[in-house]
Amino acid sequence: MRIIKLKKDNLSPFLEIISVEADLWAPVQKGDKHVFKVVDDFSKVELNTTRTILPPRKIFLPPTFSMFNISEKGYKEDLSHIKKRILFGIHPCDIHGLLILDNLFKQAYLDPYYLEARKNTLILGLSCWPDEYCFAKSTNTHIIEEGFDLFFTDLKDFFLVWIGSSQGDDLIRLKPELFDENLTDKDIQTYINWHTERDKAYKWSINFTVLPDLIELKYMDPLWEKLGNSCLACGSCTNVCPTCNCYNIMDKQFLGGKDGKMIRHWDACTLEEYSEVAGGENFRKKRSDRLKLWYTHKLQAYISKYGKPSCVGCGRCIATCPVDINVRTVGKALLGEEEDAFWVRLNMEVTK
Amino acid sequence: MNGENKHLTHDNPFLPEPARIVRTYYLTEDVKFFQVRIVDMEKAHSFNYRPGQFAMISVVGAGEAPFSISSTPSRPGLLEFCIRKAGAVTNALFRMKENDLIGFRGPYGNGVPVEKMKDKDIIIVVGGLGAAPLRSVLLYSLDNRDQFRRISLLHGAKKPAEMIFREEFFALKQREDLECHLVVDEDDTGTWTENIGVVTTLFSLLKEIDPVNTYALVCGPPIMYKFVIKELVKLNIPKDQILMTLERRMKCGVGKCGHCAIDYIYTCLDGPVFTYWDVIHMRELI
Repeated sequence: MRIIKLKKDNLSPFLEIISVEADLWAPVQKGDKHVFKVVDDFSKVELNTTRTILPPRKIFLPPTFSMFNISEKGYKEDLSHIKKRILFGIHPCDIHGLLILDNLFKQAYLDPYYLEARKNTLILGLSCWPDEYCFAKSTNTHIIEEGFDLFFTDLKDFFLVWIGSSQGDDLIRLKPELFDENLTDKDIQTYINWHTERDKAYKWSINFTVLPDLIELKYMDPLWEKLGNSCLACGSCTNVCPTCNCYNIMDKQFLGGKDGKMIRHWDACTLEEYSEVAGGENFRKKRSDRLKLWYTHKLQAYISKYGKPSCVGCGRCIATCPVDINVRTVGKALLGEEEDAFWVRLNMEVTK
Repeated sequence: MNGENKHLTHDNPFLPEPARIVRTYYLTEDVKFFQVRIVDMEKAHSFNYRPGQFAMISVVGAGEAPFSISSTPSRPGLLEFCIRKAGAVTNALFRMKENDLIGFRGPYGNGVPVEKMKDKDIIIVVGGLGAAPLRSVLLYSLDNRDQFRRISLLHGAKKPAEMIFREEFFALKQREDLECHLVVDEDDTGTWTENIGVVTTLFSLLKEIDPVNTYALVCGPPIMYKFVIKELVKLNIPKDQILMTLERRMKCGVGKCGHCAIDYIYTCLDGPVFTYWDVIHMRELI
């Protein structure tokens, strides 16, 4: 892979040039958090973020979008929400999240909505520094070797820019004089030091390889009931997870006419109506059963199919769940560590 | 595992194909029969599927839902469905008349492995609306009668009026190459000439079976599986030759929306037909 250098000061001019013909999405500040947003003021792009509130899949599959325009003539495919985009500032874990979604949306049948959006979006990755929630090293998603057009490793004064695709190379060629082709030994040493320090910065870890067996062994364990009792079934963990793909569809008719749209919107398997079938039968009426599905899917089933968890260690579920049910607490509970940490704490708060 | 026409017509696997309701009438008080034909005649006649597969049917404004195909691919051109009134889509379907247009896409799911059943005995056990998917297998095997050995049908309903395809199955009773036993939980008409009781009582009427060379197919309400499977296991039919077709709320039919997921499988891709062995090893299946 070709690797070149970009001075920090040259980033804004570069982003400006490449975004002439495409929407540039990048992390920007929102309150005390960050979100991916279309930017035209490049000074607003945040380089030192951890996770955005919602994962980048919102750019490929918006929370709600129209699949078909419906009229008396029938259904007409609607790809109007798909535009030429450049996504800058996506971290390795989130790129891995997209690669996991790719598996699903290419499996057996091709999903044209997701794949068209993917095809029209250039991925410009950015390195990051873990906070107390990140555990991407445990999922081996703290590094990335594929799935990007360009990748920027932030080494304080400059970026190392890894060129991952022909399209990425085309972007560089828009203004090659911004870049420096010559890497010095010192640059390489700076990268090695950065890498070593960054890997040491992960504050916690979990052994995912043992979890499939533990989920099997503890499938009937009372820990699930306890979790179910605490779970608010709000669906937040699903909304913020970079690998959750579930959706629902509905027809929306315009008032006074036969025209309408077929709408696809995010859904969550932790919601009660999710597994209901015709006639009201519900296969997962209990919150504990729905949590089991969520965690079995990510930490057991996906591992048995693809050899790795469907979790990329971004820490969003940890940062988001109001009652502290997340990959960390569930994983630790399965491992028998800190088993009671969160619900005991919850009970204490309730009785306070 | 999917049907031969992976995409019926388009690159967009979600795009419904216009289809016309050719005939519709009530089978029971709340179940209606629909015969439909894909509007494009070429597609209508080249459309192929396996017994036990399902399709997504849509009504503009009401939405889309999965339904088992009740007809057999051995009689191409028309597709048949038995549909119970249960929600928004089915309510809209019940209001539709002959010649109205619906949306159709499919076929989806694995279907029944009819190749494996060649030169074997077949026992079909259905309860209530469970006859909808398995009628396809029954008609298919009767249309290809020389490919299979003994064929038996055990069909149970709550009351005579609730037995779907009642007339059709009574007519089939006349055939000498089919063992057909019908039963109702109770007879409120006083005119029922067949058996009375639950569907499992019919097993005593079956002539001696050759379990190793028998495939059993079961479909019915969740409660029925437990009792029927017990009987089939008692008859020594191997667990991977006991097939059941399961109901889940598919929203896409093509393994994307997640609604029918169980463990790592998608009912819409890997099912809806599972063996009893699968069921034992996949929690939550029944």
